[in-house]
Amino acid sequence: MARAHSVAPADRFPVSARKSAFPYLLTGALLIAFVGSLHVAQADPRRFLEGDALGNVLRFLRGSVPPQVSPQFLGLMLRPVLETVQISVMGMVIAVLTGLPLGLLATSSLTWSGVLHERRSRFGRWLGGFVPYAAARGLLSIFRAIPEYVWALVFVRAVGLGPFPGVLAIGVAYGGMLGKVYSEILEGANPRPLEALHAGGASRPGIVLYGLVPQALPAFVSYTLYRWECAIRASAILGFVGAGGLGQQIDLSMRMFQFDEVATLLGILFVVVGCVDFVSGRLRARIIR
Amino acid sequence: MYELLDLRKVFNDGTAALDGLTLTVGPGEQVAVVGPSGAGKTTLFRIMNLTLLPTSGIVRLDGIDVTRLSDVELRQARMRIGTIYQQHNLVGRLKVVHNVLAGHLGRWSTAVALYSFLRPQDANGAGRALAQVGIPEKLYARTDELSGGQQQRVAIARLLIQNPDIILADEPVSSVDPSLASGIVALLTELSTGSRKTLLMNLHSVDLALAYFPRIVGVRDGRVHFDLSPDKVTRALLEGLYAGDQDEATPREPLRHGQGPFGGACRPLPGFST
Repeated sequence: MARAHSVAPADRFPVSARKSAFPYLLTGALLIAFVGSLHVAQADPRRFLEGDALGNVLRFLRGSVPPQVSPQFLGLMLRPVLETVQISVMGMVIAVLTGLPLGLLATSSLTWSGVLHERRSRFGRWLGGFVPYAAARGLLSIFRAIPEYVWALVFVRAVGLGPFPGVLAIGVAYGGMLGKVYSEILEGANPRPLEALHAGGASRPGIVLYGLVPQALPAFVSYTLYRWECAIRASAILGFVGAGGLGQQIDLSMRMFQFDEVATLLGILFVVVGCVDFVSGRLRARIIR
Repeated sequence: MYELLDLRKVFNDGTAALDGLTLTVGPGEQVAVVGPSGAGKTTLFRIMNLTLLPTSGIVRLDGIDVTRLSDVELRQARMRIGTIYQQHNLVGRLKVVHNVLAGHLGRWSTAVALYSFLRPQDANGAGRALAQVGIPEKLYARTDELSGGQQQRVAIARLLIQNPDIILADEPVSSVDPSLASGIVALLTELSTGSRKTLLMNLHSVDLALAYFPRIVGVRDGRVHFDLSPDKVTRALLEGLYAGDQDEATPREPLRHGQGPFGGACRPLPGFST
């Protein structure tokens, strides 16, 4: 605008025409990162040709054809399949039960900032609002920073082998993720209805029930179902660390070189995951309107 | 009913919305508040409905200084004050019946509030309230399927359920089709007259204020500019009230974030926000 007149002539060229070292620096940094990663991660295709590598792959493939489909084996696997589904469902129940209250506490508009808190004293806002908010945020990030496999290892030590440590592992790790995302969904809600309910004398739970939850519900349901899809995959894998279900069977068959059984189990896992995807997709389409 | 003494409100960014405002409103009175945008009217209403704390000054409600109220007493006091907003502030995804019954939230326990989603408690009351505002057939409609004017009526029905002693209406018709505006103003004044409720209405349209209210308060620069009956409000007074305000000739509501007639697409430019 008016300032254009006072600009020195050399600065009048369009910014994009000026020489900048940034693109070169960025390209160089990316190249270094790539080469470094290649080295450290030992991504070297030649290793397929070393020693007995290819032979092992072929042995696995040959061993897995035909897959083990005897009724006796399939009958035996029924329980692990159910167990995997049940681990994921129970794990999600625990995840929602931990994630929802922590997510509410981790929502700044509910605890310390915004229209609901403008009459609170600075001290009350801090002690009664910000401190629990920060504690909930911290707890949630610890929950989800540790992968569910590590949680499973911890819980196997604590409560022994079986499905229960798997349930706990999914509950804690996914509770952390759900809580974080729930709080973000709640922060994004329109605050005006909340202000109206607040001004009419509604209590905090009343405001949450009639102002926040209805706004957030579709996103809640959608994200929770998506997490359930992830949980069924996770619960199958958690068996490898001793938490029951399909994973444990895959691990056993692998150790005993029963590759035909492994093939069947992977097929079953594929079908189960596909079914869960289908069911949750239908549920989502029905609920979110 | 209300005694406001030397109210000052300075926001964190340093702007003074109220600057020594003093006003007394008796029980059952009907008062229209007019003034240019940015005069502090909305801030005044938010202090009166006890959601905002003034920087200094005294707010007395029935003789009681509200800064002395405990949290519980504050909620009880808020229940006695019903607010109608420019944007009806309803939850669009809820059925009308739940938005109306939200007026009970000050009285209901959390358990009752939750159960009401399954089986609406006092659905009859909600139906009567909707009949009173003229849309009884919308009880089980989804709120966001209603027009702007109908949604404002739902907000009034929620107020009827809340049954407050004081009605504060902050620009209740600014987001409503102009042809429906006087209907809604009339509805609110009739409600107030019929049940002797105190009514304070913040209006952008001076014509509506003069037509429906026995007392007009002009607010400018966070202070009371005049406080008169409508027959004493002269053209010169109004010109003084709105001097320097471009909206004076054709009262328009300035766009706020995401609330213009075209929703979020109409944002004011930085530096031009209201």
